[in-house]
Formats: sequence, structure tokens, C-alpha cells
Amino acid sequence: MKRDRDDVIAVAGLTKRFGAITAVDDVSFSVPEGELFGFLGPNGAGKTTTIRMLTGILTPDVGEVSIDGIDIQKHPIAAKMQMGIIPEMSNVYIELTAKQNVVLAGRFYGMHRKDVEERTDKLLQQFELSDRKDDRVEGFSKGMKQRVLIASALVHIPKVLFLDEPTSGLDVHSQRLIRAIIREMNDAGTTVFLTTHNIEEANTLCDRVGIINRGALAAIDTPERLKQAFNETQSVEVAFDKPTDVGEIERSGLVNRTERTGDTWRFYTDDPDALAKWIFSFAERRKLSFTTLSIEGASLEDVFVTVTEG
Amino acid sequence: MPRDALLSYLRSIALIAEKDMRIYYTKPPVLMFGFLFPLFMFLAFSLGRSADLHTLFPGLAAMFVFFVASSVGPLITPWEKRAGTYERLLSFPVTVNTLILGDVVAGMLFGIIINIIILTAGIAAFGYSVSFIGVLIIALSLMLGAFCFSALGVLLASPASTNPSNVMLLSNLVRFPLIFISGIFVPIASLQGIARVAAYCSPIAYLVNSFELGLLGSAAIPLLLGWAVLIGFSVVFVLLARTLLKRNLMKGL
Repeated sequence: MKRDRDDVIAVAGLTKRFGAITAVDDVSFSVPEGELFGFLGPNGAGKTTTIRMLTGILTPDVGEVSIDGIDIQKHPIAAKMQMGIIPEMSNVYIELTAKQNVVLAGRFYGMHRKDVEERTDKLLQQFELSDRKDDRVEGFSKGMKQRVLIASALVHIPKVLFLDEPTSGLDVHSQRLIRAIIREMNDAGTTVFLTTHNIEEANTLCDRVGIINRGALAAIDTPERLKQAFNETQSVEVAFDKPTDVGEIERSGLVNRTERTGDTWRFYTDDPDALAKWIFSFAERRKLSFTTLSIEGASLEDVFVTVTEG
Repeated sequence: MPRDALLSYLRSIALIAEKDMRIYYTKPPVLMFGFLFPLFMFLAFSLGRSADLHTLFPGLAAMFVFFVASSVGPLITPWEKRAGTYERLLSFPVTVNTLILGDVVAGMLFGIIINIIILTAGIAAFGYSVSFIGVLIIALSLMLGAFCFSALGVLLASPASTNPSNVMLLSNLVRFPLIFISGIFVPIASLQGIARVAAYCSPIAYLVNSFELGLLGSAAIPLLLGWAVLIGFSVVFVLLARTLLKRNLMKGL
């Protein structure tokens, strides 16, 4: 497998079939050291199957995965020692306390008891769980359990962190706290592989995103470059002070597609500058006042929708 | 295997066993089917009857070892799959082998701890005069038997069910017939014909035999042969559990 020296995750030709269904089809990519990489895709696209193969939980039918240069199929333990993993829908042991959960995880990675206890106390403080550290997790909220889970994945200071939907279904406070800690870990040098349904989360957190659709990698680049590549989703959003027939705008030859939300119109265009000027003269002729007028660039959500519905 | 890898392997087994002991020893199905059930069977068999408990205690003690050691294994995997902890456990630096052996060790230790108390109480209550060699035979037999029966428990957890009660049902379907063919209620030496052949097919019979030798001083099957058969059953149970668990690893996740 071709791998740059800086690549912490290197994937080549990854394929997994379940009977007649190809869940992941010849996926190849790499993630350099220190990058925060987002992995997006609709439900059933192959995200979780991919992350399970990357983390050694599932064996691929074809293809190779190396973590920090270690082939995960040949040396699963050595490769897993480099990782912290939060699988989707996973849970902590509710019969144990928060501290016991994190300490147990640290000991699986070979940490000495004294070191793991010190690190656990520090992490639980960082995750605002110090005052509940000796309570059984059974009574914790979902957000608190997720924080214990993430603390368990960080306890051994992994070189690469795999997070499968880490903020899904959590309250805003827990989401923000978790995002801040992911960012902090990444700033400290940890490579992060993040799958998420939250496009805005990927847009704000990730250095690069890959979009998987029907098992194949459909796009991979920085969020900004992806948005530029999908510039047909640029639009002009406009609302007037009184009901208006916008048919004339649609027939201007500048509009590709129109969407209406309440009294606001969104006109998709290849040339937002020309369309905005055209709408401005239209409003002057009709003696209309604007309540909204804005030019919208392509969003990552637009890119996602275009790629996954295309 | 290099020394570091061996240490890491053993550490993982010990950690999985420790985790199982903390979480599963006090679960109601373990207490019910592992401790209370054989206790009630023992009481039902002994109270108000003229049974010769001095002769039958080795068999009843083996039944306790069987029930206690095989009660933890069936619960762990389905419980973890249902609770959502199994995939995270798989994500730790562990292998299927360490998962199985960790669970087996947890069941084995449960069987040993509970049965040290039962054997000690039985020896005191029924007035056995046990030699030092007898103690060694009982101790080693207890370890081998507890490992073997715990491995059977883990094997019974290997089907893909995520419902602990389904697995406990299956485990009882397997465990109860074994009890009745193993020479527990009738000493192996007294069994004749097909009953004796059936007893030889059950791993429990070999523990009954070893306990009879340690406590009563005589046994129908040579001790070393009995131990070898227990080891053989253990290897078969672990290898079967490994095959089935690998096949069903992702089911229910």
C-alpha cells in the first residue's frame, strides 16, 4: 500500500460485502498526522462499516488499513494501542462508577494504576464530572455517559481518535463541551477521524471531509474547496414587503431553480452577483422594498445533498 | 510469543475477568441459576430423606461446581451486546481469544470461590477424614472442573442472541440433562450398562469421580484419566466457543 510518511490512517481498496450487498466498495484515502477528518454520509452509506474496519472490529473482504504504519489485520493489538475509539451506539458500564470506567479503559492500554488514576481525575475534571466521579454511571444523563465514554477513549492519550457520531442526540451543553475537547485534543496533535450527521459540526470542526455514498467515496476535500466545486448551489435569498409574483425573476435567464420558504424566495444561480443586480432593478421598477436580500454561497449541506442524491 | 506480547495477552485476560467479576457476579440470573438453584436441588434431595449424604456429597459438590461455574458465561456476551458495551470492548486491544479466556476465568473463579466454602462446610458437616494428598486432589480437580464448566458456559453464550433470558434458557436445556446422567445421585461405581456409558459422556462425571477419590478414598475412573478428560472437554469447549463467537461477533451490534 502506498503511504506517505505523515499518514496516520492509510486505507487502500477497502471492500466489505454482506451477502449480495456491497456495504463498502473499494474505498481508498489517507489522513495525515494531526488532521481532523470528517466522514459524512447518509444512513446506510457505509460509514459505520468503514469505521469498524479501520478500528479492527470488522475484517475487510479486500483492502488494507494501516494505523501509524501498522497493518491492522496483521498486528491488531499494536494498531489498536494507537487508537481511542468511540463506536456508534456504544455505552459505558452502568454498573461501574465514572472513574472505574475510565480506569478500566486505561488499564486495557497497559497504563500503570497510578498514572491512569491521575489521568482519569484530570479528564473527569475537564469533562465537568469530578463531583460525580465515584457515582455509578447508572444514574447519569445521556450526555454525562457520553462524556465518560469519551474520557475513556482519551485516557491513554491516543495518537488517533475515532469518533462515530459523538454528539448525536446530546444536549447543547454536552455537544459544545465535546466539540471543544475534540478540538483541544486535535490542537495537541491527536489525529481525529469523526463521523457525523451534523454537517455544521463537520464544517466548523474538520480540516477535510470525505463523503461516502452507497459504499463508495463520492468526494473528499476541505469544506471550502468542496463548496467551491459545487458552486451551482450558490443562491440569492430575497423577501419583499408585499406579496409579489416572482415569475419575471425566474424568467430572467439567470435562475436555475427556485425554492420558497414562507415569504422568502431562494433563487439558485451560477452568477449570484448578476442576479442580485437584476432583482434590485426589478424591485425598483415595482416599487418594492426588501425585507431580506442576501447572497448565499454553497453550504457543505448543499454539497452533501448534491453528492448523495446525485 | 514474545514476553511483552504474552504479558499484554495475560493482562487483557485478567482485566476482562476482573470486569466480569465486578459486573456479573451479582446479576440475578447468576445468583438464581448459579447458586440458589443447586442449593434448592441439594436441599430437596437431602432433607427428610434417608439418603447417605456421606457417600453422595462428592456428587452434590460436583453439581455445585457445575452450576456455579457455568452460570456466569452464558450471561456476559448477550448482556453486553444488549447494553451496548460489547463493541467498545472489541475496540480495546483485545482478541477473541482473550475475550473468551477472560470470561472463562471469571466463571472459573466464581466456581472456585463458592465451592471452597461448600466443600469446607461439607467436609466439616459429614466428618470426612481427608489426607493432604486428598486435599491436593480436590483442589486441582476443583480448578480443572471449574475451568471446564465455565468454558461450557461461555460456549453456550456463543449463539447470536442478544437476549440473556434466551441464552439462560438454552443453557438450562443443556445443563439439566447433564446433571442426571453424571452419577451425581447414584455413584458411578453403582451405575450399570447404558447409564454408565452415558455418565462417561458427561464432563461432570469425571469431577464427581475425582471428588470421590479425594473425599472417600476410592473412585471408578483412574484420577489422571479423569483429569485428562476434563482438560480435553475444556479444550473442545474453548475451541468451539471461539469458532462460534467469531462467526457471530457482529450479530446484534
